[in-house]
Parts: sequence; C-alpha cells; structure tokens
Amino acid sequence: MKFPKIDFDAMKNEGTGSVTAVERRKFLKLGFAIAGVYAGGKLLSLTSLVGSAQASTAAERAVRDIYSPHYAMVIRQSMCIDCERCVEACIKTNDVPDYAYRTRILTKKYIGTLDKAVEFIPVLCNHCNNPPCVRGCPTKATYKDPVTGIVRMDNKKCIGCKTCMLACPYDARYFNEEKHAIDKCDFCWDKRLSKGETQTGCSAACPTGARTFGDLSDPNSIVYKLVHQIQEEVWVLRPEDNTKPNVFYMKGTIGSVDAILKGSKFKYFDPTNV
Amino acid sequence: MSEMMINISEKWGYHGVAALKKASPGYKMVIGFFALVGLAGLLVGLHGTFVGYRHVYNVTKEIPWGMLISAYIFCVVTSTGLCIVSSFGHVFGNEALMPIAKRAVFLSIIFLLGGFCIIFFDIENPFRMAIWNVISPNFRSNMWWMGTLYGAYMVFMMIEYYCLLNQNHTVSRIVGFIGLSVGIAAHSNLGGIFGMLHGRPFWYGPYLPIYFIFSAAMSGGCAILFFTTLAAKINPEIMNHRMERAVKSLTLLTIYFIATIIFFTIWKVITGLVSEGKYPIIMSFLTGDYAINFLFFEVFLGMVLPLFLLIASRGRRYTLIMWTTGLMMIGIFFMRYDIVIPGQMVPVYHSLGVVEASHLLSYVPSFHEIMASIWGLCFIIVAYLAGEKMLNGHQLQKHEIVPEGAYICPGCGGIHYMKEGETMEEAMKRQHGSW
Repeated sequence: MKFPKIDFDAMKNEGTGSVTAVERRKFLKLGFAIAGVYAGGKLLSLTSLVGSAQASTAAERAVRDIYSPHYAMVIRQSMCIDCERCVEACIKTNDVPDYAYRTRILTKKYIGTLDKAVEFIPVLCNHCNNPPCVRGCPTKATYKDPVTGIVRMDNKKCIGCKTCMLACPYDARYFNEEKHAIDKCDFCWDKRLSKGETQTGCSAACPTGARTFGDLSDPNSIVYKLVHQIQEEVWVLRPEDNTKPNVFYMKGTIGSVDAILKGSKFKYFDPTNV
Repeated sequence: MSEMMINISEKWGYHGVAALKKASPGYKMVIGFFALVGLAGLLVGLHGTFVGYRHVYNVTKEIPWGMLISAYIFCVVTSTGLCIVSSFGHVFGNEALMPIAKRAVFLSIIFLLGGFCIIFFDIENPFRMAIWNVISPNFRSNMWWMGTLYGAYMVFMMIEYYCLLNQNHTVSRIVGFIGLSVGIAAHSNLGGIFGMLHGRPFWYGPYLPIYFIFSAAMSGGCAILFFTTLAAKINPEIMNHRMERAVKSLTLLTIYFIATIIFFTIWKVITGLVSEGKYPIIMSFLTGDYAINFLFFEVFLGMVLPLFLLIASRGRRYTLIMWTTGLMMIGIFFMRYDIVIPGQMVPVYHSLGVVEASHLLSYVPSFHEIMASIWGLCFIIVAYLAGEKMLNGHQLQKHEIVPEGAYICPGCGGIHYMKEGETMEEAMKRQHGSW
C-alpha cells in the first residue's frame, strides 16, 4: 500500500481558528493531567523518604486525615527500662481491674548480641487510622472519634460479642465485668485529656521519656518531630495488617533524639545552602 | 377449636401431644433423660450468667471465643446444610430427594434454634443486641450481618415449613429458594467473620467462607442421613420405597461432599505448612496438642471412616449408615472446634519475638461451657425426638410436587407420567415392564 506523500513544510498554517472550544479544553486537560502526574510523582517520592513508618507517612496523613488534634504516641524502645510505672499509672487512672490490662510491657531477649541482651517493648491500643475493631463491631459501640482520632467505646451499645477482641492485632481489648462492656485504652481521654491535660497517664509517669505523647498535626509537638525525621528509623507494629497505627516505635538513643528535637541540621552538607 | 385441630392434624400429619403420650416407655425415658440433661445445662448456663462468665468460663483475653462458639457454629452449619440438602429436592425439583424435605426443614429450624440457645450464653449482653443491632447498625461488620441474615433465614425457613405442612408447594418452593439464598449468604458470612479478621493468619482469606458452604452441605447430608435412619428405627413405617431411594441418593451425595472436604483439608494442611502464621497451628494439628482432635476425630471419624463405610453401605444398610453418620457428627463437631480454637492459639505478638508471646496459647473448655453447649444440643435432640412422634414421622400423603398427569409410583417411588387415556396400572406396566 502506498501512502500519499505530504510535504508538511510546504503546507499552509490553518491557524487556531478551526480548533473548536471542546478540542482546546481537551488539550488543556491532557496537559494538566501530565503535569499532575509529574507533580504527584514528586510528592510521592518525597513521602517515601519518611523512614520506614510505612503505615502512616506524613504526606498520606496530610491528605487523608481530618483529625485535629491528632493524638499519637512515639515509643522510644531503647529507653524503656521496664519499671512498669506506666502500667501502674494506667491502672490507677483508668480503674483497670486486676484481671486485665490496657497497656503492658513486653520483653524481647537477644542471644549473641554485644551491646544489649534484652529490650522492652511497651504496647497499648494503636488507635489505628484503619481500625479492624471498628469495622468488626456490629453496633458501632466502638468508634473512631472524628475529632481526635482516638478509638473509643460507647459502653451502652456493647453487646459483648468479642469480635473486636479478635479483630485487634495488638491485643488491646478485654471485657470489663464492671462496665458490662469491652474496655480499652482511650489515650486517657475520659480521665485526663478531656479535662485539659496534655499527657496520658502512662506518658506522664514514664521516667525516661520512652513514651512520648503529643499531637501529630502540630509541627512543634515532639511526636511530630520524631515521626518526621529520617535519621532514626521509625516503624509500627504489624504493618502487614494495614491498620495504619498512631503508635510509632523507634530505637531512640538519647543523643540522636536530642539532635532531632533541637532541629540541628546535618553538619557537612546543608541542601538549602548549595 | 377441637374441630380445627382435627383438620390441622389431617392436613399436616400432626399427631399432637397424644402421640407423644402413646409412645413406648423406653422412648419417653430417652426423651426425659435428654430433657433433664438439657435442663441441667440450662441451669448451669444461667448460673454462669449470674456470677459472670469470666469466673466460670475458661476463655481469656487472648482466646475470647471458646467451646460455645464452636458448638454454635456446629449447629448453624448443620442447619444450613440441611437447608441446602433439602432444597435439592423440593426447591430444585430433584424428585429422589423430595421425601426428606419436611424432616430436613424441621431439623434445620431446630438446629438453628439450638445454635441460638448456645450463643445466648456466649454473648455478654444479648438483650442489648436486640436494641442496638436495629438502632445502630454497622453495615461493614460481618457480625451485624450474621445476626441479621440468620434472623431472616429463620423466618424464611419457618414460612417454608408452614407451607410444606400446608402442602402449598408453589409458595414453599419460592420461600425455600429465598431461604436457601439467605441461608447461604448468612453462612458464608459466618465464614467471613473469621475470613475477614486479617490479624489472624489462620483464618484470613476467602477459604473459610467457601469451606463453610461445602462443609455445611456435608454436615447436612450427614445429619439428614443420621436422623432419617434413626427415625426408621423409631418408626419403621416411614421407610417406604421412596424414602429408600432418597436415602440412597443422599448417601451418594454425602460421599461426594466428604470427598470435597477431604480435598479442602489436604490443601489447608499443605498450604499452611509454608506460611509463617499458620505453620505452628498446622504442626500442632499434625504432631502437637491438637493431633488427636485433628487426626482422629476430624480426619478419621469425620471424613475417612464415613467415606469408606458409606460406600460400603451402598445406601441400603441403614444400621450401618446410622452408626457411621452418628460418629461422623462427632467428628464434625471437632472439625468446628478445630477451626475456632486453634485460630486463636498464636499470640498476636508472636511475630515480634517477645518472651510473653513465644508459646502457643492453650484452652480447655470449662464445666460451665460444656454444660451450656449440652443445653443447646439436648434441646435439638428433645425437639427431634418429640417431633418424630408429634409430627407422625414427618410423613404426608403428598409432600412433594406431583405434576398434573403424573403419579407417584408405588413400586419404585419415582414420579411417572401417564399417557393420554392410560390408567395408572398401564403406565406402570409401560415403565417397569412386567410388574
């Protein structure tokens, strides 16, 4: 098959007059779309820098979250000494019965390590952004607070089916006999935060600062600073469950954390000053 | 009033309390025994309600679902299975299975009620459920759908049974179809409750909803075989040619379903062996604490033995079928137990490698849990035994759809068509040669 030869250089310019408004709009849209993809890619590439806090990266949160204040906890694992003052404070503050717990400290032992043979990991309700317990509850007795993002209980609605206890991958729930409902950590909302305090019982009681509590939507808050840095690795428990927790973990030796909190920049290379 | 009762008894084949009174002393003693045991179970269960389940049940924070949930699942699986098996006949028109319809639907309802009896003692605030399930529904919750769909299922099954009694087969067929659809939705959703707990690797995935349906069909086949052959021991009159043919077809069907479940189980074990979250559980099935449960009860008693014995029975040796399916019911109970408890055995922090979560959790049912389960099971047994007498062995003159111009062959039990101008006798001769 032969194609007709067209000499494009010799052709007369038709001008833009023959292009309809619809065509122009389409072209413009295409341009925006391409630009958007590039811009979006740029944003995404930035977010991937935020350590391995893969469940809730900063930019993701900025788009999705509507919580303000966005309560969160960063646990600096290396600083926990298993004094259990947080557990005691929790029991005292929230009247936790002796047959259960809202928070506890797990012990991880290492063999063959040179520096440490044991590490302590405090665990509590992760106040997930994608909480499986809230999805599982048949009567909306447990819900994600639309303002603070705290996963709370409406005791009178709880039928005691215990689905949430099984749905929770952090073992954060128990049936409270006295309340006739499931009970769980509420970041001390009932007993402290709603009364104007800024710290939870456990974080206030922690003598080493292993538990830091604050507002993730506030750039001056310690949790914001600790999560939005890349020097120290930040992670969450059981990221494979896609729960998007608001309790973050890091090793957090005192020196490195100090540098982060003081906002000191990297010594030899300041990208803003090139 | 009494006239109405007579009408109903003629129409429904309902013999009433009088039939129960006329039963042999042995029969009454058996009913009485199970009623007493059931009553004891109820009382023990109520005792638990008053002192608080935490003190009398062995369920813990880590293993919140125990024996009661397993027993509940056993009951509702069997209920759905009976509905599925009965629908082959009187909904989808497979005439060989029609004679079992009434008994199967009746049993389906009482198994469901038995399940409700048991779960009543597991849910901490059952009365709140009635209110808040309606006022504050969470449509994303499988648990909410379970309550709603099983409620609807029960209503449809009851309407279906009423229509079966009334011999209104068109309506019964339609309602039966809706009931079956809702039942399958309810039951696969029950599997979905487990299958959508993504923090529990042993349960998570589409396997359980699918498995639950096939497993239900197997349980249903097993249960109806057991209760039909047992009914034939109670009242040999019910075993006519049509029923013999139904039992034969059912045996075949149950064999198919057992084979399916064997297939399911083999792949559960093989795939589980390479998964980090499932491996400890599968190993405990094969060599650990659950080896007897799994290998002896679930696999041997629930699958392998019945497969061979049902094939050997050829659908004709009723005593053998009765014993086989009776043992199989025990095996199926353990099958349910082996889904519920081991799924919670691996602590959630196991993968974190901490000391507190390094071992598998263990659970042994407490006295109260066993008794509360027995209460539900005894309810089913008593209702069945009483039903056999009061409902005249679930017989009816005409409890299946016989098309116009057709008749039920007294010889083979099938439905034959008469050609124009032919008498029944001539048609029979044509169908069967020299009868």
